[in-house]
Amino acid sequence: MTSPTAPTAPSAPDRPPVVRRPAGLTSTGIVLVILAVAVVAGAVLTAIEGRNFFSTGNLRDILTITSTLGLIAIGQTLVILVGSLDLSVPFVASLTGVIAAGIMAGETGNVPLALVVALGLAALIGLVNGLVVSLLRVHGFIATLGMGLIISGYIATNYQGSHGSAPRSFRLIGISFIGPIPVSTLLMLGCALLAIVLLRRTRVGHHLYAVGGNAEVARLSGVRTWVPVVTAHVLCSLLAGFAGLLLLARLSVGNPTIGSQGQYDLMSIAAVVLGGTLLAGGKGHITGTIAGVAIFAVMDNVMGALQTDPFLRDVVRGAVIVAAVAVYARREIDRRPARFDAPSPARRRA
Amino acid sequence: MSTPTVPYRSTTVPQHQHGLAGRVAASVSTPGGAVFVLAFALLVATIFANSNFGDPGYLIRFLGRTAPIAIAAIGQYYVIVSGEFDLSMGAVIAAQVVIAGDYIGDDQSRIVPGLVLMLALGAFIGLVNGLLTTLLRVPSFIVTLATMLALAGLVRYLSGGAASGYPHDDLRQLGRGVVENVPVVEVLPYPLIILGVLCVAAVWLMRRPFGRTLVAVGDNPDAAHVKGARVWWVKTRAFMISSLAATVAGILLVGSAGVHPSVGQGYEFRAITAVVLGGVVLGGGRGWVLSAVAGAFALEQLFTLLTVLEVDSTWRDSVQGVIIIAAVAVAARAWTVGRRPSPKAPPPEPARPASVTYEPTPGTPPEQPTPGANTGGN
Repeated sequence: MTSPTAPTAPSAPDRPPVVRRPAGLTSTGIVLVILAVAVVAGAVLTAIEGRNFFSTGNLRDILTITSTLGLIAIGQTLVILVGSLDLSVPFVASLTGVIAAGIMAGETGNVPLALVVALGLAALIGLVNGLVVSLLRVHGFIATLGMGLIISGYIATNYQGSHGSAPRSFRLIGISFIGPIPVSTLLMLGCALLAIVLLRRTRVGHHLYAVGGNAEVARLSGVRTWVPVVTAHVLCSLLAGFAGLLLLARLSVGNPTIGSQGQYDLMSIAAVVLGGTLLAGGKGHITGTIAGVAIFAVMDNVMGALQTDPFLRDVVRGAVIVAAVAVYARREIDRRPARFDAPSPARRRA
Repeated sequence: MSTPTVPYRSTTVPQHQHGLAGRVAASVSTPGGAVFVLAFALLVATIFANSNFGDPGYLIRFLGRTAPIAIAAIGQYYVIVSGEFDLSMGAVIAAQVVIAGDYIGDDQSRIVPGLVLMLALGAFIGLVNGLLTTLLRVPSFIVTLATMLALAGLVRYLSGGAASGYPHDDLRQLGRGVVENVPVVEVLPYPLIILGVLCVAAVWLMRRPFGRTLVAVGDNPDAAHVKGARVWWVKTRAFMISSLAATVAGILLVGSAGVHPSVGQGYEFRAITAVVLGGVVLGGGRGWVLSAVAGAFALEQLFTLLTVLEVDSTWRDSVQGVIIIAAVAVAARAWTVGRRPSPKAPPPEPARPASVTYEPTPGTPPEQPTPGANTGGN
């Protein structure tokens, strides 16, 4: 993806090739700074409580928290980048959990079948979401809110209380570590890497940005706009299903309300926006999202160490979300076409 | 450059081409009109399923029960038509309900100051939401999500997460009281009267310059800004109206649902669903406030119908999901059909210099159309 030379910009003939970062920090940079501040503040506060923030056990706790929310937030980033939303993720996570647990029924031999069925179902849900959004032109908010309601009704009707059980071999994913890093977090980071490659190196990834930036312009430029929308929704549901399987591995039984308890829909959107991705779509990075998720995890961990009242934690979370997003929301919008350096003056708002 | 857009405009005002019946048919075929038909059809279906429901007294009590969600939908309408979201509604309702229980309690002398306090708090929350959205340019989805988290957490922290206090009966009368001995319908619930007054006020407000500007801002904030609208203040007032509507809904719910921090849970999504069901477009600039009210009634009517048909209560969510997706899919198609001009040459290239000549005076000569002038009414 070579950057196009802006035709309206007064370009000197010996202009240096391409200068990234026209001025100051990028939004991802700001997010990483905020994360660093959160880690330092967390270390200090935990130390005041007389505990070590950087102890292996504590780091493991933090990283474990990041794995499930991280997986969902990666998918959410793709969907938001393409200009949609996914509010059905918590229910997809719950559904894959109970269905996989039901099929496994404690037998190691059933694990492959359970994985295929659960993830296939998740992909199917994503496919329906994507088609409803792109072909029926239903706003992503409504389409996925409706899909979430449909799934939640199905779950509530067919599953009361815990369901099925995961065999020990499957549970190992949730409890094994490589050094201080949990395997589940490594899986999440692997998915993040794949998503980054998808966005940077593939055609559908570039089209994802194009459609999210301006669907009409993308269409007029010859992009089949439904392809990236459907791809993003399928991947998002798949990742949510994957998160549901991780939760199953951790809990060892399928819990039909695990997704909605975690508020994964709203928290993942908050993490994505915290990571500097524009909610309107078209601009953002997976790295920022992972940093956003990490900020949440550090905050949760520190408040746990300080034994903050669980209800007050939500107050702190809300304040941090607004404050952090406010730091860069202003400049983000002013430089809206940020994928093209040197925007022509005519495009600036009066 | 100077091609007039007259032939295309004239097709969008069918009111002047048909008689009354034609105009009614035309408005019913828009999503905002179709929701009235939907609500009526659901009502007829419910009466077929259970003839008790046709009894006027029963019906009027149902309408009274629906008033809080309809009032919340009115508030949400203002925010949505301006192009934003308000997810904090449920938390505002919970906060107001807990205030009613804790501050007013069983003390009759505190009812009036308590109500004033609740309304002031509602306006303040709306102001904060609006200012954070407009001045700090944080997306309203995130701002109101954060307000929701913070407010709900605070309410549960302060109240200990359990039901508290028992508000005075005079206050509860607002939400559960009725006017007796009304002809035909026997009783007239207070909530329904309040809803009626608010509907009239809402329609009046939407015809005021504020309402017109609000729709313009929702349709195209840049164009509204260029035209001289104070976008930030218009949107902020919309957020204040939304929180005030949530406050009124909360006051009514004190009477009908009692005092508990979980009252109002999920109201934001129900209100958004009702508004969207009423054909109001997410993203702003399109829709009628009474259609949002009709959307709320249609939604509640749907739940009633499911109960009457003895559908498992667990399936209600699924049916609701299918209905809203279908309704919005149909609405999206209808708006597109109504809007799209017949295939013609693309609109004239907006000339760059025009935006410069626009600056000095708003009284630009009419023979020089400014960019955006032909999209302003869309």
